[in-house]
Amino acid sequence: MMRTVALGTSTGLHMRAAATIARAAAVLGVPVTVRVPGRPPVPADSLLALLTLGAGRGTELVLEAFGEGAPSALDRLADLLERDLDAEGAHG
Amino acid sequence: MGEQLRGIGASGGSVTGPAYRLADPPRLPPPGPVTDAAAERARVADAVAAVRADIESRAVRAGDPTTAEILRVQAALVADRTLLDEIAVAIGEGHQAPHAISAVLASHRSALIDAGGLLAARAADLDDVRDRLIAHCLGVPMPTLPQPGHPFVLVAVDVSPADAALLDPTRVLAVVTSAGSFVSHTAILARARGLPTVVACGGAVLEVADGTTVTVDGTTGRVTVGEAAAEPPSAVPPVVAAKGAPGCDPGRTRDGQPIALLANIGSADELTGVAAEGVGLFRTEMLFQHHTVAPSPEEQIAAYSAVFREMSGRPVIVRTFDAGSDKPLPFLRDNQEPNPALGIRGLRVARRRSDILSTQLAAIAVAARESEAKVSVMAPMVTTVAEAASFAALCRDAGLATVGAMVEVPAAAVRAAELLQVVDFLSVGTNDLSQYAFAADRRSGELADLLDPWQPALLSLVALCAAAGAAVGRPVGVCGEAAADPAFAVVLAGLGVTSLSMAPRAIADIRAALAERSMDECRRAAQAALAAGDPAAARAAVG
Repeated sequence: MMRTVALGTSTGLHMRAAATIARAAAVLGVPVTVRVPGRPPVPADSLLALLTLGAGRGTELVLEAFGEGAPSALDRLADLLERDLDAEGAHG
Repeated sequence: MGEQLRGIGASGGSVTGPAYRLADPPRLPPPGPVTDAAAERARVADAVAAVRADIESRAVRAGDPTTAEILRVQAALVADRTLLDEIAVAIGEGHQAPHAISAVLASHRSALIDAGGLLAARAADLDDVRDRLIAHCLGVPMPTLPQPGHPFVLVAVDVSPADAALLDPTRVLAVVTSAGSFVSHTAILARARGLPTVVACGGAVLEVADGTTVTVDGTTGRVTVGEAAAEPPSAVPPVVAAKGAPGCDPGRTRDGQPIALLANIGSADELTGVAAEGVGLFRTEMLFQHHTVAPSPEEQIAAYSAVFREMSGRPVIVRTFDAGSDKPLPFLRDNQEPNPALGIRGLRVARRRSDILSTQLAAIAVAARESEAKVSVMAPMVTTVAEAASFAALCRDAGLATVGAMVEVPAAAVRAAELLQVVDFLSVGTNDLSQYAFAADRRSGELADLLDPWQPALLSLVALCAAAGAAVGRPVGVCGEAAADPAFAVVLAGLGVTSLSMAPRAIADIRAALAERSMDECRRAAQAALAAGDPAAARAAVG
């Protein structure tokens, strides 16, 4: 199944925000991929791969996952991606 | 008596202790054939686990949340699945573990550099990951600060500003570097912490075995290797006694000519216990050197307010972000330059990112309005009068009335009079002015003689600025490290410099030195130094 979200982090998917997403994705139990429309998908639990998406605030991101647990996994990541992670937690 | 090594004394005091070497990043051995791919993959897995655990434990021990967060992200990067998958593939293609790591990280590194902007700034993080993983695979020490479990003398080729900023004076007794110079960041940060330091000591010091007792004399520049008979080993850092009187009496000559003695600081913490008339150089970039994104206005206002509160009723000169060259700010670094010292640094960054400067000026203005400190701002790396004029206009639009320009570029020094038609004051940064006037990299130990602040040509440039200020009655200060040398401070006063800004702990000695001389004596010292043929003669002439 698939879900489309607009990136909410105000400064884009930089190191710290990408690390937050990758950390969350790693414990979902279901592989999730992320892509910018028209480009190949990357694993959501790879910090480095997320960085190289080059996504800025408002960039559309397509999440995909399959099988049991996919809906809740997509809910969890979509929620994080839509939030402004910069406005939360410590700066770095 | 042990072997004597000779370098340049960069921060005074003498101490004896065991030497420990900061390891260099490891080099790759020549490639060989893979005989057991599973064993190579296991080498990678071991390295990843060990390096990740090491960085995570540092994050737990880090004193502040920013450092801890940077280290946690770095730990995540070490174990990134894309990297691990690709390294496994590279091993399958016949590369040994260290070479597979190197190849995979090199390809991601160049992808980040090509992407530019903030992503390019992340290349350094990948380099650190590569160095640590390869070091573990090869079984060589990690290139991190030694942790012998007791106070020690740090020996290194050079220490990066980020490492140097983390030096803990309760653990590090002294610093000795094979490269570096009096004005390198190693030296500046060591002086700020009161650590005896010898730089430009040459390669021989790197051969000293870990644990060997060395005596470091940061005043004479001598390093004695082996058991030193003359002095017993001491286990605690020396306390440098200030000769001057306590309190914050204004600096003045014996006959009462005021010479303001101000502090160079990077954050409010450095003002603890400091008796200064004010702050002559607030290096704002030090607050945000680990930020991957530009600091928010709120964060900036809080950091500036903390300093202004400490300095209530006193002057504070805030220098806008001085990024670039040897102190890159990740959020300001756009791309790789072939020659960063001559590239987009200091005020020049505003050519590309005017938003960062305007945000900073607005934040300074808010913090200034809410405080009783006498706040002024100055720009680093001003080169032309037009640049100074447009900076001044931005500041005044932001509500900051008193504006200055740093003089670090010779082109600015020779137009000092014209600069003072558009700004209210000048502040001479002697370290960079030396580097640019003498075409000598400030980290070069071999060229340390050219970077000597007593070089008559440097004194001439300072004199030019001071005379331009005197002609129109505007202040001209010096905020380079050279201001912390008592004899040199006397010369600067004699040249007509109106304020001296330095590491806080140096102020008491400078106050005492100025109080011993009349203004006429200072002027005679300045003339003698200017007339001298070389630095040694200039020093001798002043006595």
